[in-house]
Order: sequence, then C-alpha cells, then structure tokens
Amino acid sequence: MAQQITIDPITRIEGHAKITIHLDEQGIVRDARLHITQFRGFEKLCEGRRFSEMPALTARICGICPVSHLIASAKACDALLAVRIPETAEKLRRIFNLAQMVQSHALSFFHLSSPDFLLGMDADPAIRNIVGVIQANPQLARDGIRLRQFGQQIIEWLAGKRIHPSWVVPGGVAQPLTAEKREQMLAGIPEAIDITQRALKWFKGILRQFSEEIQTFANFPSLFLGLVTETGALEHYDGVLRVVDSAGNVIADKIDPNDYEQYIGEAVEPWTYLKFPYYKPIGYPEGIYRVGPLARLNLIDRCGTPLADEAWAEFRTLERGAVLSSFHYHYARLVEILYGLERIQQLLNEPDILDTRVQAVAGPNRTEGIGVAEAPRGTLIHHYRIDRDGLITWANLIIATGHNNLAMNRGILQAAKHFVKGDRIEEGMLNRVEAVVRCFDPCLSCSTHAVGQMPLQIQLLSPTGEVLDEVRR
Amino acid sequence: MNQPVRVKTLKIDDRDVSGREDETILEVARQNGIFIPTLCHLEGLTSIGACRLCLVEVKGVSRLLPACVTRVEEGMEVYTQSERLQKYRRMVLELIFSERNHICSVCVVNGNCELQSMAQTLGMTHVSVPYRFPRLPVDASHERFVVDHNRCILCTRCVRVCDEIEGAHTWDVMGRGIDSRVITDLNQPWGESETCTSCGKCVSVCPTGALFEKGKPVTERLKRRQSLSYLAMMREGRR
Repeated sequence: MAQQITIDPITRIEGHAKITIHLDEQGIVRDARLHITQFRGFEKLCEGRRFSEMPALTARICGICPVSHLIASAKACDALLAVRIPETAEKLRRIFNLAQMVQSHALSFFHLSSPDFLLGMDADPAIRNIVGVIQANPQLARDGIRLRQFGQQIIEWLAGKRIHPSWVVPGGVAQPLTAEKREQMLAGIPEAIDITQRALKWFKGILRQFSEEIQTFANFPSLFLGLVTETGALEHYDGVLRVVDSAGNVIADKIDPNDYEQYIGEAVEPWTYLKFPYYKPIGYPEGIYRVGPLARLNLIDRCGTPLADEAWAEFRTLERGAVLSSFHYHYARLVEILYGLERIQQLLNEPDILDTRVQAVAGPNRTEGIGVAEAPRGTLIHHYRIDRDGLITWANLIIATGHNNLAMNRGILQAAKHFVKGDRIEEGMLNRVEAVVRCFDPCLSCSTHAVGQMPLQIQLLSPTGEVLDEVRR
Repeated sequence: MNQPVRVKTLKIDDRDVSGREDETILEVARQNGIFIPTLCHLEGLTSIGACRLCLVEVKGVSRLLPACVTRVEEGMEVYTQSERLQKYRRMVLELIFSERNHICSVCVVNGNCELQSMAQTLGMTHVSVPYRFPRLPVDASHERFVVDHNRCILCTRCVRVCDEIEGAHTWDVMGRGIDSRVITDLNQPWGESETCTSCGKCVSVCPTGALFEKGKPVTERLKRRQSLSYLAMMREGRR
C-alpha cells in the first residue's frame, strides 16, 4: 500500500513548514513536498500607507533579517524619490548589509547546522543542538556565538539597535558614523576573521564524512541567479543580475534589476503558501534556479577581497563547472562571511566614511520604484507603485527563500528517494530530509511574508491519503 | 475693578492643598506634584474633558468628574488613585486602542507617543475588547505633513491649537460617535486647504502618530509640545 510521511514541523529553520513524503505500494518514494504553512499578506496591508514607512513596515516581516528588507525597501524608495544617495550613505548601507550577512550566516552555520556536522546526522536529537555543540566542542560554539554577536554589534553601532532599527531611510541613512564606532568595528575584525578561517578549516576537514549527503542533498543541475558587480565580482548591495547554468556558463548578464519582471515569473501551487519563482525564458517548472551563497559563488568571476578570493578559488574546485550540491551552501556561507568581514574593513578605511552628509532629501518624483539587493539567503526584490501623494497603491516582494522553492522541493525528493526506505520513519532519515531544507537556510516567515506557528512534522501517507506514520517535534 | 481672587482649600488624596477659585482640580493637583493622567489636555489650550483619563472621585458626588474641567471648591475631598479609577482609566485606554489601528511597532512615533507611554504608565497590558480594524484613509496631499486617521484618538488638540493659537481654524471634527473624524476645511484634502498656514502646530501637539511631518526618519519624530504655553502667554500679553 502506498504511503505518505509528513515531517511537521521542520526544526532549526526560521519559520514554519512541513514536509510530506509520498510512498507507492512498494514503499518506494514517489514524491516529496515542502509545504509552507503560514500566510501573512504584507503586500496587501502595505497598500494605502505612505512609501516612506515601507522600510520600517517591511522590516517587520522578519526579526532575523530586518536589515535586508530595510536595504531593499530603502532602495525602492530611493527610486521613487529619483535621487542618487550620498556616497557615504551608500557605503554605510553596504557595511550594514554585510554585517547582517555575517550574523545571519553565523546563525545558520553555527547555531542551526553545526550540530549535524559535529555530532552527526544520526545523533540523538536530544543532544543534536547548539547545547550539544557546546558540550562536544566548546570552542566551535563560542566562535559561532562570538561571530554572530559581532555582526549584530555592528548593526547596533550603526543603527542604534539590533532588531528592527530604523536607521536606513529613503534617500540614505539617518545618522553618520562616528570615529569612535568606526574604531570599535575595526578592532573587532581580526578576531572575527580568525574565527571564520578556523571554522572554514574545520569544515573542510569534515567534508569527507558527508560524501553521501553531498551527493544527495539537492544536488542537481539548475540555473543560479544573483547580483554581481559590473565587472563580475561578488556584490550584495547593488550591481546587475547575472544567470549562470549548471556548467558555470553565463547565460544572461548585466540585467538591469529594474527589468526583473522580464526574467522572473511567479507560479502558485495549491498546497503551499510559498510561490514558485521561475526563470521566465525557460518557463515553469523547468526554469528552476537557485539563489543565495552557493549561487553567488557560482556566478562570480572573483570575490574582490584577498582572503575570500583564496577561499573562493578552492571552493570552485569542489566540482567542475558550477558547484551543484546544495550541501555546499554551508561552505559558501563561510566564504561569504570571510568576504563580508574583509569588505567591511575596506569600507571602514575609506576616507569619506565619516562624512556627515548621509541623506538626500526629496519628495516622491516617480510613481514606481524597484529595489534589489542580496539578502543572506539570496536576491531580494521590493517593487512599489505609489499615487501622486506618495501612498502605496501596489507592492510586490520577491524574497530570497522563494526563489529557492523549486530547488528545495526537488532537493527533498532527491534526499527522500535516497534515504527513506519502508514505511517507518527513522530519526537519521528524518533529520537528513530536514537538513536538505536547512542547507538553504530558508526564512519562511520572510518568504511568505506570512503568519503562523513554529516547527516541523513529517507524515508518511498512503496513496489514499491515510497517515501511516507521523513524527512531530 | 477686578474682584479679589479667592483661594479655596481642599483635600486631594488626603493632602491639604489650596488653589485659586478659577483653577481646576488638575491644575491644583499638578502644582502639588499629584499625578493625574491626561491625553486630550494640553497646557496652553482650552480643556474640554474629552478623553476621560483625568476622571477623579469627589466625596459626596456620585459620578466621576473630569479633573481638567472641574473647578476647585472649598472643602472638596478629591481622590485620584482609587482602584476603581485605575481600572476605568485602563478601560478608557483599551477602548481607544481598539477603536482604530494603533500598531505601535510600525508607527511613525513609536517610542515618542503619548498614548503608548500612557498605556505603559497606567499598566495597560492588553486590550480586552475586540479590535475594530476600521479601514481609514491616510491623507498625504499636504506638502509637508500627513494625517493618518488610523492613529487619531480624536483628542482635538489639533482643532484647538489651530483655532486658539494660530487662529486659522483649518481643523474641525465631522461625523458623530464612532464615525467622528478630524477634517481640514470642509473635509477637503489637506493639501487643498485654503486656510492652512502650514505652521505645523497641529503636528507638534498631536499626541500620537496621526499627524506627522514628511521626510523625517520613522520613530525619530519628536514633538515639541512645551513651546505652546509660551506662545499662548505671549499672545495673551499682546492683547
């Protein structure tokens, strides 16, 4: 008899989701789906509000990456004002965005995923968590906490608070950087770089133990999409969109982010609240692409900072062409942390970084504005239309995790086919299917801009839809 | 010839206090450092007793009296902090919060709001009546200012300051009960108002985020309300 396994809720991710695994009569995996079970409707509730409130409003989508929304939203508002923001403001926003990436990647790698790496995919779930990591490898746990703290600290130094700061405003930033804060930031960078290199070395050392996971965790050909600089270096704040295929060939380059609608379509499925963005020139569902750290490192010609460039060159030798295994999102995250720290250091040493002219003042001069930036999880798009008085009439948000929806679903199916056998749920198998999702570090509260309740559940369902086995966390 | 000013002696919260006969319970309480919460009251403007937060108990009077518009009387015994009053004040706040869309986290005056800080001061922990979630417009037609009816508590400070201090009387109130709304001129868009002088006093006195200035970062819109009594004093002096 055919069956279905449901994993609900999924643990150690940001947001609420469940996985269903459908088995056929022989107990062989036929299909697997990631259901995002929350709905929030931010695009709708923003209507009628003034555009200048949008950064603060959309930042409330997420408590982990409010900074990413602030940045993308403020950029869309800059477009509505039709101003070029002061250069210092742009640099400060870049530091802000990179600090956010450092803290978010540190959270994903150390707090959420390192228990799997350190204690093993089959370890007892009671110890397979950050507390277990503290017991087994206190240095690793301390490093992770320290690194995340440093990223958050930079955000606080710049914006006054860590979560939901209101420092990024249409036209620039609210306050300039002080010399004292700059010194504090610079003083912390060497230690943070040491931590990252230590983690990178450790992670490379344990990669061999995970060859089965590397082969089966969303490891398939797909496109990759993200921002790069005009010259093809790593970019998180501005730049142009690039798409590469699984062989690493650039198939679309120098796309003006304002033209995103020509390249990205959004499909809807009845069983999840998360939409399925796809690459329009290829169509749905074949136009599957991935975004985020792995995609960014596959897109670029170089990072643009010395240590990160070295680490990136080594990373790209993992596979010929693009690195296809989503397990390597973790690796890519460490490389990006290294880049972020080096880049923050460079920016802080710019001569005009303490300049006090940090905001361009204007009223709404255009009725439509698009802001695109790279969030830790991938390309984030905010698109607004306003009326004559600057009130929002329409908003569209495409969130990083959304782009990866097709890939996450296919990745779950791949891992389920490999690891799930028979009609009983075993802990290690369940954790591996979850771990596929965790590779993408999805932020589901963001991607659905939706409300809901936490964690993960796996259900094993028969062809008639009967629940045969169920694990709930 | 001016009548001599008479002084009344009374008790507030069992303390012997005195005040001029033309003073209110609120004024005398504040002179003596006794806290009575208010929202619609603002020094420099006429008091109207609209918000009902300043209700006090007076011995021998069965109903509660608003301290901001009740004059002191000889031998009065006023109580400002009874359990009943505190319960009623919290209820008043809960009703205000439920009436419109007061979403502090994304409000332009989050952290600088009198309604928000009053709720904290009076220990309002939740709203026990259902929210109404009305659909109310935002008028951003004025060059410098915005009125967001979602955050308005109908204290009418804007109406009074515009009339009494600026002398323009751009603001007024239309509708009744739950449908009441502050309007500019004859319910025209603010940007089309012919009487508005764009002085910004209404924005300064607004206790919430209902009136705010464009172009300032969210949550950094500090209001300057203390200048008002000075303006009123200077105006009186010229007469």
